Amino acid sequence: MRTKLKSRKELEELQKKLHRKLDTGKTRISICNGTACRPYGSNPVAESFKSEIAKQGLEDKVDFKVTGCHGFCEKGPIAIIEPGNIFYQKIKVDDVPEIIQKSVLNKEVISKLLFKEQSTGKEITAQNELPFYKNQTRIILGNNLLIDPTEIEDYIATGGYAALAKALFELQPDKLIGIVKQSGLRGRGGAGFSTGTKWESCRKAHGDIKYVIVNADEGDPGAYANEGLLTGNPHSVLEGLIIGAYAIGAHQGFIYVRNEYPLALKNMTIAMEQAEKHGLLGDNILGSGFDFHVRINRGGGAFVCGESTALMASLEGKVGEPRAKYIHTVERGLWDRPSNLNNVETWANIPLIVNNGPEWFSKIGSPGNSGTKIFSLTGKVNNTGLVEVPMGIKLRDIIFSIGGGIRGNKKFKAVQTGGPSGGCLPEKLLDSPVDFDELTKAGSMMGSGGMIVMDEDNCMVDIARYFLTFLEEESCGKCVPCREGIKRMRQVLNDITEGKGRESDIELLGEISVHLKESSLCQLGSSAPNPVLTTIQYFRSEYESHIKNKKCPAGVCKALIQFSIIDEKCPGCGMCVKTCPSNAITFMGKKKPVILDQSKCIKCRTCYDICRMGAVSIE
Amino acid sequence: MSEKVSLTINGNKYTTQKGQYVLQVARENGIEIPTLCNHEAIEPYGACRLCIVEATHGTRTRIVTSCLYPVEEGLVVQTNSPRIIKNRKMLLNLLLARCSENKVIKDLAAEYGIVKPPFREEYWEKNDCIVCGLCVRACEQVVGVSAISLVNRGIHKEPAPPYLKRAKACIGCGSCFYVCPTGAVKMEDKNGVRHIYNWNVNFKLKKCSVCGIQWAPEAQLEYIRKKWDLPVDFFETCPNCK
Repeated sequence: MRTKLKSRKELEELQKKLHRKLDTGKTRISICNGTACRPYGSNPVAESFKSEIAKQGLEDKVDFKVTGCHGFCEKGPIAIIEPGNIFYQKIKVDDVPEIIQKSVLNKEVISKLLFKEQSTGKEITAQNELPFYKNQTRIILGNNLLIDPTEIEDYIATGGYAALAKALFELQPDKLIGIVKQSGLRGRGGAGFSTGTKWESCRKAHGDIKYVIVNADEGDPGAYANEGLLTGNPHSVLEGLIIGAYAIGAHQGFIYVRNEYPLALKNMTIAMEQAEKHGLLGDNILGSGFDFHVRINRGGGAFVCGESTALMASLEGKVGEPRAKYIHTVERGLWDRPSNLNNVETWANIPLIVNNGPEWFSKIGSPGNSGTKIFSLTGKVNNTGLVEVPMGIKLRDIIFSIGGGIRGNKKFKAVQTGGPSGGCLPEKLLDSPVDFDELTKAGSMMGSGGMIVMDEDNCMVDIARYFLTFLEEESCGKCVPCREGIKRMRQVLNDITEGKGRESDIELLGEISVHLKESSLCQLGSSAPNPVLTTIQYFRSEYESHIKNKKCPAGVCKALIQFSIIDEKCPGCGMCVKTCPSNAITFMGKKKPVILDQSKCIKCRTCYDICRMGAVSIE
Repeated sequence: MSEKVSLTINGNKYTTQKGQYVLQVARENGIEIPTLCNHEAIEPYGACRLCIVEATHGTRTRIVTSCLYPVEEGLVVQTNSPRIIKNRKMLLNLLLARCSENKVIKDLAAEYGIVKPPFREEYWEKNDCIVCGLCVRACEQVVGVSAISLVNRGIHKEPAPPYLKRAKACIGCGSCFYVCPTGAVKMEDKNGVRHIYNWNVNFKLKKCSVCGIQWAPEAQLEYIRKKWDLPVDFFETCPNCK
């Protein structure tokens, strides 16, 4: 077992030693074993790599690493081979011997495992030349490729904990806070408040005992940016937290992780144990005299517990309900003591800022919006995954350059940013910059980094109804506007999608929305109307069509659509007959169009999706 | 002596102690602000939102709940601005749709000219409870037994006994009943027994050894007697016969 590092010098010596090991000229294979790659089978692929390397006696020639998330989830399991920066996608167990034989021993590239450009079919070998990666700025996620998250020495080898040592031995807390302020870092949890200013308020707040907290209660449907960071590089978050604790004067920290993130919990627990063994966490860190301890708390799955005061109530063992923040949590937070809560991503930025300086950081991104932001790019785009982009990038660049455009050559309709209570932005806003202020201006928000792309087949009224249904369930139920208001809005939206909408409904939705924004207790309630307001603002004609013409233009709302067979196009192949779950379609013989019985049709859309001839129409 | 703070409410200047809430200052000075979830013996909670006011500090004006907003030097408060009235009316619309047959809510809504909420009638509900949590908070903060709590979240949130069964820790004091602003807690003393129907509990009432009236639940008296270390026969007689 390693003895504790007792000084900055001992850490630096270890760092040098480990860094030298990186440049041994070995072939390095790094396979993504993140949460998204696992269901694609990355675990057996990784095992197969290990056994193949052992079988061929290549342990001395190959440095094999099982890492956290690489980001390009759509193509998993994925691996990078160095030298050459070769990117292989959708690797199967059977491909492994070939990869070892060809790409490791003979330095050949295997064409079938390469990424192919959607439009041209062109093969691309190097990871850093893939459109998905080359348009990103991966200052936070980039290191995931080099690190086995269960191995602290991998993190130290890449310069890990050097920022902590610098902070402890070179920088006074006030100076450190000055650096964070100067960097322009704003909270990545969504509200975008200046991190340095928050730290400063907490440092100045009265009280002997102060707390620092990591908010890892990422609850937005479809968002997993924090998960990717916690599982892939837990030490970066931990290092940021320890630095923050030192700056603020806290000796106890909490990491609040939702229990639905078992891998994040496991990797963070291992990271904490290893950091403690190395003298980087606990009493007298690196011999500096600074003590800091951390505890992990598991969240029970309530969306509202991502709200800072609800999270703190939950940490106290109480029901996760928000409270009014007229007295800020930096003054009276957890157990009424000064508490500084930041998002996972905010903490992970801290070591980078301390190492590279505030000027370096503020040059990334746009004025007033320094640095990068990680988004979970999901929905109807070709390249889904975790993307890290400089703030101020255009939505269009994320969706089309990095995301590779819309699936199946469909037409883009909207993008929702910021989770369930974010707004849906239309095509005309695709060239707006993605930053805290612009997204708010457009009626949406940054949130913690969800980005859901929708195409022409999405009905915007149905989308609004869907998100309000989620929020209705996830409201804590404490205050009247949120509990009762979201419910009433969802009922109105339900009616509209069922063809029972009235002309006055749009106005009523607007009135309830304004009320929620102005009178709710917390951000859950005040941001809940965003999906409704933006869909009314940018897609009003869809609402009107549902209400006045009783038609759903996207062909989604079941009560308003009817499926029929276009006889001229139907070759009578019978595919739809086989898949129809309600036996509503009758086979009439080859080359004769099938017959659809409206009385039996449940409008499940299966026939429409399976027909390759376009012979099923939705009206 | 604590610090003095001056603030303006509806155009009039008031001086008060630091640490007070806006609602307290308004009430002490005869300014009416409606509330449902507030009680002077219980920590403010901010759930019903009816006490919202517009508060301007410096250049920033925002809507805040006066029950929870601490007074600040130079604070300017409007309790009945058009923006506040509009929001308060919507709150009452929402409450009335939830409690469409409750007299307290109907009367309060009527004060603001609301007879029918603007939502479709088929969705109106007939609750009495507005989930203000006063019963739960009184039981915890005043009585100190926490026999009930708010369970579930969102539209399913409600005050309830543990596991929706019997509130075993209840002493039958009836604080929940007395503090409930809408009459949602149903309590009855009948044939020498107190029933609190919401928590599935009933308690034998103590008979005064002198006048014979059944004056309080035995469990409650025993709780008080133990808490204050009183003699065994302390509650044999009712307060009137003592």
